Amino acid sequence: MNSLSVKATAGKTILYFVLGVIALLQLFPIYWLLTFSLKNNQQIFGANPVAFPMQPRWENYGKVWSAGHIDTYFINSVWITVVATLLTLTIASFATYAITRMRWKGSKLALGAIMLAMMIPVHSTLIPLYSMFNNAFLIDHPLSLLMSYTAFNLPITVLIMLGFYYAIPREIEEAAIMDGSSVQRLVLTIIFPMTGTVVATTGIINMIYNWNEFIFVNTFISSNEWKTLTVGVQNFIGQYATDWGAIGATLMISILPILLAFVFLSNQIVEGLAAGSVKG
Amino acid sequence: MRVAWSGLFTWLEATNDMNKMMSNKWIITAYMMPALLLLGAIVYVPIFLTAYYGLHKWNGIQAMEFLGLANYKTLLGDRAFWSSAYHSLLLAVFSCLSLIGYLIISLVLASRIKGAQLLRKIYLIPMLLSSVAIAQLWLKIYHPSNGLLNVFLERLGFADTPAWLAEPSLVLGAIFVPILWQYAGFYILIYYAALKGVPKEVEEAATIDGASAWQMAWRIKVPLISEVLKVTVVLAAVGSLKYFDLIYVMTNGGPNGASEVMASYMYRIAFKSFDFGYASAVSFFLLLICLIVTWLIRRATASDDKIQYS
Repeated sequence: MNSLSVKATAGKTILYFVLGVIALLQLFPIYWLLTFSLKNNQQIFGANPVAFPMQPRWENYGKVWSAGHIDTYFINSVWITVVATLLTLTIASFATYAITRMRWKGSKLALGAIMLAMMIPVHSTLIPLYSMFNNAFLIDHPLSLLMSYTAFNLPITVLIMLGFYYAIPREIEEAAIMDGSSVQRLVLTIIFPMTGTVVATTGIINMIYNWNEFIFVNTFISSNEWKTLTVGVQNFIGQYATDWGAIGATLMISILPILLAFVFLSNQIVEGLAAGSVKG
Repeated sequence: MRVAWSGLFTWLEATNDMNKMMSNKWIITAYMMPALLLLGAIVYVPIFLTAYYGLHKWNGIQAMEFLGLANYKTLLGDRAFWSSAYHSLLLAVFSCLSLIGYLIISLVLASRIKGAQLLRKIYLIPMLLSSVAIAQLWLKIYHPSNGLLNVFLERLGFADTPAWLAEPSLVLGAIFVPILWQYAGFYILIYYAALKGVPKEVEEAATIDGASAWQMAWRIKVPLISEVLKVTVVLAAVGSLKYFDLIYVMTNGGPNGASEVMASYMYRIAFKSFDFGYASAVSFFLLLICLIVTWLIRRATASDDKIQYS
């Protein structure tokens, strides 16, 4: 081995070491959260605050699940996330089809209007939305969340879908029309079933955004009955400020679905985040 | 021959049919309406209403009273607002600077590193968590007596460990660390994908010409992904200007306004003081700033050469 290749190997080793340390830094706070969600205060504040507990206190999870409405918040998060995502995917799919495959004046303008909405900060719409929902008796009603989530996720969803729809070969549509199919049947039975991959990508991104959404719930929802986990966890922690084990368990419950989704769907998540950001 | 001709005619007829069917106004309307109505009602109408409310004195309940531009005049002289705008600007500058670090990591990751796929996925995990969870977790890390950071510092022998979030001079920096942590994987993901899109031939040609790894990175690869870099600068800058969730949960702008940003200031005026008129003026101003910054960055970084690999 000559000195140059020794140098190169040493350089590579240092690079791997640095990259490994960064990975550790990214994971360590989450690992620490897991450990303290399974301890009581004496253990958390004890000699080794980062050790995994010998006897994990799983009862922390059981305790917070039934106390403090965490179960209600969890169920709300699940159904609101799912329904808003389905709404966004459906509305975005029809709009994307009309924009990319059908012929009409104003399709460019409509696309522009959808894309421009991406640049509007949520905060600049908050006061009018609050007053509109208030007038429509939708304050403290989940419909206010469903409508806001669907609207604000539409642009990014259409953006990611566009490329896929443009790439569909004309021949597929021609063949269907020649066979006497209507546009309606063509779209519903041939085109939409083809879009599975892009629906998966946009679907998972929508779910993550909806699951983590905070400011709309915090502003529009006041009763525990309709709160989702983000705001619910926040309230719960306000009441149990000193019980770190309970706090850790609620936080773990709130991030667990996302971590699970990541384990199984990391490729779709990576693809969705990359596609949605750069093409903008 | 006759069969072939009739085939052509059916085909022509079908294309004609297809053109007609594909410009069917009823179907287009039905497909577009839900999207456009929803965006109109939830995004566009509120923007105009925000501008309108901003011209009034209004507490959200009683009748509005027209003030003209008085709210904007107040805004120009409002020290608390400008202090929050300054903090937002600081966050935006820090965020843009941190892009350099993310870019360097991505350059390393994209240079034939084994396990790069796995590493960039690990880096991404914090990005997927809710800001509330991140904020609550970092509140515990920063806890003055029992937090991970101070316990660690005390073990290292430091005596007077600070209360990171209660110290006006430290609080913004302390808040920026979780932001750095949260977004690292996102920007690395974008840069990595762009760098992997640089054609192999370009790299090979440069290697033959004797370019070092360093030159290859800064002289060849980075310029080739400049379009992506611009997009990320806009994302980082505008994203920081509307930063809200994490700060709202961690400090709610405190101590004494030391970590207040534009969005948290607006939120406080609207939903704590219920001064909807003035808060609308602030939030319309926030919108204008975001649009202007986007435009300015795009202008400043506009280039003549259009050769891009991304």
